[in-house]
Amino acid sequence: MAEVLVLVEHLEGVVRKTALELLTIARRLGEPSVVFIGPGADAAKQTLAQYGAEKVYRVESADVTDYLVAPKAEVLAALVASAAPAAVLITSTPEGKEIAARLAIKTGSGLITDAVDVQAGDAGTVRTTQSAFAGGFAVQASVTKGTPIITVKPNSAAPEAVAGAAVEQVLQVPISEGAKAARITDTQPKAASGRPELTEAAIVVSGGRGTSGDFSKVEEFADSLGAAVGASRAAVDAGWYPHANQVGQTGKQVSPQLYVAAGISGAIQHRAGMQTSKTIIAVNKDEEAPIFEMVDFGVVGDLFTVLPQATKAVNAAKG
Amino acid sequence: MGLACVPGALSVSCITAPALAAPMGAKMSRNLKTYFPMKGDEPAMNIVVCVKYVPDATSDPTFNESDNTTDRLGVDGLLSELDEYAVEAGLKLAESAGEESNVTVLTIGPDKAADAIKKSLQMGADAGVHVNDEAIHGSDAAATSLILAEAVKKIGNPDLILTGMASTDGVMGVVPAMLAERLGLPQVTLASELTVAGGTVTIRRDDDVASVTITASLPALVSVTDQINEPRYPSFKGIMAAKKKPVSTWSLADLGIDAGSVGLAGAWTTVESFAKRPPRAQGQIVTDEGDGGTKLAEFLSANKFV
Repeated sequence: MAEVLVLVEHLEGVVRKTALELLTIARRLGEPSVVFIGPGADAAKQTLAQYGAEKVYRVESADVTDYLVAPKAEVLAALVASAAPAAVLITSTPEGKEIAARLAIKTGSGLITDAVDVQAGDAGTVRTTQSAFAGGFAVQASVTKGTPIITVKPNSAAPEAVAGAAVEQVLQVPISEGAKAARITDTQPKAASGRPELTEAAIVVSGGRGTSGDFSKVEEFADSLGAAVGASRAAVDAGWYPHANQVGQTGKQVSPQLYVAAGISGAIQHRAGMQTSKTIIAVNKDEEAPIFEMVDFGVVGDLFTVLPQATKAVNAAKG
Repeated sequence: MGLACVPGALSVSCITAPALAAPMGAKMSRNLKTYFPMKGDEPAMNIVVCVKYVPDATSDPTFNESDNTTDRLGVDGLLSELDEYAVEAGLKLAESAGEESNVTVLTIGPDKAADAIKKSLQMGADAGVHVNDEAIHGSDAAATSLILAEAVKKIGNPDLILTGMASTDGVMGVVPAMLAERLGLPQVTLASELTVAGGTVTIRRDDDVASVTITASLPALVSVTDQINEPRYPSFKGIMAAKKKPVSTWSLADLGIDAGSVGLAGAWTTVESFAKRPPRAQGQIVTDEGDGGTKLAEFLSANKFV
């Protein structure tokens, strides 16, 4: 069976859930081979083996990690040439999509981004499903040239544990001078919120204009559910919440099991970022708010009274 | 940058790139700076901003039934909102650099795409290039980046190529990286802050876990996010001036691109089918009468979220 390359997202060796999702998808197409770039491979190995990685390609060179995107694409291009994989799977983050973009040009391969489902098609092809136009359409596509390069949205598969050999191979890929043109000169880590990452979270609670800048009730409700906190563009533009938490077309696209929109009217900009959520709840004072057209459950009311009452009830139910 | 062009040099002498293929007219506003040479202590910059004409998201965008491509003719369109940030960034850089600086806006698309150039010229760009050819219809991101790369070369190797972070229709966000790859330029993408000084571009790029500073030498490709600035509205003066600004229209043949390598036939991916998702059925709506939060919690319990 052909290898399927999976570029692993991790934080200093702590493997992100998205990587386990990709490993699960990779097994539908062939034998998963992980590409692990940066420090921490030893710490990650056990998890990768538990989720079916047959091979682990390790790359630790500073020539790769000190520069933006381009060296990582060169590493993957070298692997595409040597391993002739059935597909390359990368998580749909901004960086992941850029790596995939350069890899596609380098290898003359078709690229599909933001897949929400990936399945094996006829005769070794790969079929993907994407959402288009703010989630209003489902699109089936496939790659017709080269090696299918697919970026996959978080939460597109439930990780399934299957033992893999995780045979290690340390790669020494010479990085061209041209790929070392955009140097990372400073990195300021962001303070951790203690909440789940927005795109990975099973539950997201978002606040909008209706918070009037006070996100405390949104945060307390989110914490009662173990949820991530999101914000509408209006709230972010007003400076009420960080841009990293923005849900919508120009922020994060989320697809959680449950999405709660509090004080968010539901403009197209916002819907584009959350329309594929499995269950949607809205709390809004305005019964005419467009968000109510798409909810499974809605409360017409003031979030400052509804959310605290719900928070109390949820905390009580948890015991 | 040319060797003669050091920061602080008289910018008049610093024309760092070959003259643009498009004639540079309509520079009345900048000519004023000639009389105030202390302004612009950076050498002149030739900037190309890549923009896209997209279906208006509020006008029900859809696909063509015949070939599964985005319908660009049957719906209203406009300059992609995210590209306005790139135009603004280009204008700001040109204004602070030497007075021979210029901003050329480049687009690919059918006749209507000229609207995207027009809006950019009204904002203050100096010239437009419109690549318009029937064979382009159905091009994927790889083909788009090929056409942009050849057009940038024909414009004449600018100091800086600016793009938005993604289009608002396809939303792939991959063309900037592809363009950098094809042109062999430093990829300096997703800038939330941008400075150019002494032939070096520096940006701040934010991701989930960190805020990263990236530097590269010019020439470079830079994409900007919607966090970088507040795009200006065209002024009345800008709208009037735009009418006199030069716009060149190029075909694929003008760029030496084989029509078979782009468009639907040249695409490296294919859309097999599309289906409109059924609108979500509206669920239960309750009005808060003092028990809205309790009912919300009951819904969560009933659906096993608690």
